[in-house]
Amino acid sequence: MAIKDYIRERFFPHMWCPGCGHGIVLNGLIRAVEELGINKNDIVMVSGIGCSSRISGYLDFHTLHTIHGRALPFATGIKMSRPELNLLVPMGDGDALAIGGNHFIHAARRNIDMTAIVMNNRIYGMTGGQYSPLSGYGTLATTAPYTNIDHSFDVVKLAAAAGATFVARSTAYHVQQLTDVIKQAITHKGFSVVEILSQCPTYFGRKNKEGSAVDMMERMKDITTPIGSKAKKENPDLIERGVFVNEDKPEYCSEYNKIIERAMKGN
Amino acid sequence: MNEKIIKFVQGNEACVEAALYAGLNFFAGYPITPSTEIAETLSARLPQTGGKFVQMEDEIASMCAIIGASLTGNKVMTATSGPGFSLMQEALGYAVMAEIPCVIVNVQRGGPSTGNPTHVSQGDVNQARWGTHGDHAIITLTASNHQDVFSITVDAFNMAETYRTPVILLFDEVIGHMRERLVMPEKGELPLVERLKTSVKRGVDYHPYLPREDGRLPMSDFGGIHRYNVTGLFHDMWGFPSSDPAIVHGLLRHLADKIMNNENSIARYKEYFLEDARTILISYGSSARSALHVVKNRRARGESLGLLELQTLWPFPADIVREKCEDAKCVIVVEMNMGQVLQQVKAAVDNPEKVFLANRIDGVLINPTDIRNIMRLIQGKGV
Repeated sequence: MAIKDYIRERFFPHMWCPGCGHGIVLNGLIRAVEELGINKNDIVMVSGIGCSSRISGYLDFHTLHTIHGRALPFATGIKMSRPELNLLVPMGDGDALAIGGNHFIHAARRNIDMTAIVMNNRIYGMTGGQYSPLSGYGTLATTAPYTNIDHSFDVVKLAAAAGATFVARSTAYHVQQLTDVIKQAITHKGFSVVEILSQCPTYFGRKNKEGSAVDMMERMKDITTPIGSKAKKENPDLIERGVFVNEDKPEYCSEYNKIIERAMKGN
Repeated sequence: MNEKIIKFVQGNEACVEAALYAGLNFFAGYPITPSTEIAETLSARLPQTGGKFVQMEDEIASMCAIIGASLTGNKVMTATSGPGFSLMQEALGYAVMAEIPCVIVNVQRGGPSTGNPTHVSQGDVNQARWGTHGDHAIITLTASNHQDVFSITVDAFNMAETYRTPVILLFDEVIGHMRERLVMPEKGELPLVERLKTSVKRGVDYHPYLPREDGRLPMSDFGGIHRYNVTGLFHDMWGFPSSDPAIVHGLLRHLADKIMNNENSIARYKEYFLEDARTILISYGSSARSALHVVKNRRARGESLGLLELQTLWPFPADIVREKCEDAKCVIVVEMNMGQVLQQVKAAVDNPEKVFLANRIDGVLINPTDIRNIMRLIQGKGV
């Protein structure tokens, strides 16, 4: 199918700023779904609040645009009710890890089969450029006019420690890898997390003098490297890209079905 | 004729029995006194019939999970108490806005904050009405004994489906934990309302938020044949965000009108000796038990006392209260808060000066002696 078969043209143009990385994520996501050949009717997309969360409205899936930070618990109710559906949960960095941090670690701990996509642009874009839990020490934001003294989470380490059974990272620059890791995440049975570094030239870029969208994407190429590369050994500050965790662990809905079997037998 | 099944249960268990009777098949919750028995019992009972139970990481997550589950076509419930009810409010507002049928049980304890977890209170009446932000309407029901807990819980599920709205069951610690007899209604004895589903066929445009002429909104199970968008933003008939003033105004009116225009059909109440009552007690929940005791006692002595027991608290049945209290010389609201229903009664009756409050706010059930003593004060007889 063509890309346009996956979007709701009625609801375009989208509301993202020129140069925003989220459109690239949208494109990569559609390509992943298309390459996997999943029926649109078998996909439920649940999102929270923020720039990233508007992605759900543009896609011709079953789409639920919820409240800030709580997309994963809504998705949990849907997945438990209809385990055969594919659950995709795109979230922003503030959405997933500040207000939604508790839900994020608990969904990972349960290992419920859904794909969390953290579109990390290191800023609250919708509200105009405040620092997020992923902005990083030393950055500038409208609420950190002197400098940000908050340290950031490492999404990959956090997700892995919380029990996610598939964890990957890519960027809006590395579009082929982005599509590839989303495909792997969707096919993985269990809670999968994909962090995608995305650029916000309007707020993060402007505040932190990172230049245009193109400059910011060039930077993604320069500051990241494949997992375990020689470059990483020489420069430990480089951010690794690729699949960090891919393991089998009992999945929540499958385990609950066993509970139902036991309860019905009366033991 | 079949023998009726009789159980000796807590109010919390009566609520569970009724929820299962009504067709509950998904529950999400978080442990909190004095509601925890509801979650405990359902964790065992739901999977026995193929239903699902999940203990979430907090109360707002529980509220979100039941909304998701309801969208797919399930009858859903969560149960909590004061602090948890506070935490749920944002998601409860989402269910109002997105018109998702769901039942929320609040077994009231004393508050504010952690308050008095193992003691009784009726302090959340106004929170049930206005806990979530923005103009909206909501349905809130309560009961004073376990047979009524059963029937009002079934009503709660029926109203949630009829009006596509969250319905709050506002019980209290005494009702939740007290044990008494429950005669189990047989299958078919109480009417059940099933969800109104859309008749729009696959491949034909389905407008998830285009109400029928009667204001009702047929649903399509999420994950079913129609793909559509649901949002907590003001939205058009497609469920897509809109800030068009006409759409915002129309949706807000629809959300309020679908409930407020049906105030009288939503009203549930019981009346005792009201025909010739000169003094009327108005009460609800466990305090109505003490009020009824006083009324029966005084009637036996020839005094013209009556009781109006409210089971629907919101939308407040103002017409019924006004009508029933028309000829009374004195109306006394018996409740365990600082006068939350009192204010509604004063606003409803023709002469608010004849309305008085008999209350306790110390975590102890208001008893018949308390009510009698307060009545003596009101009647100028001294203590």
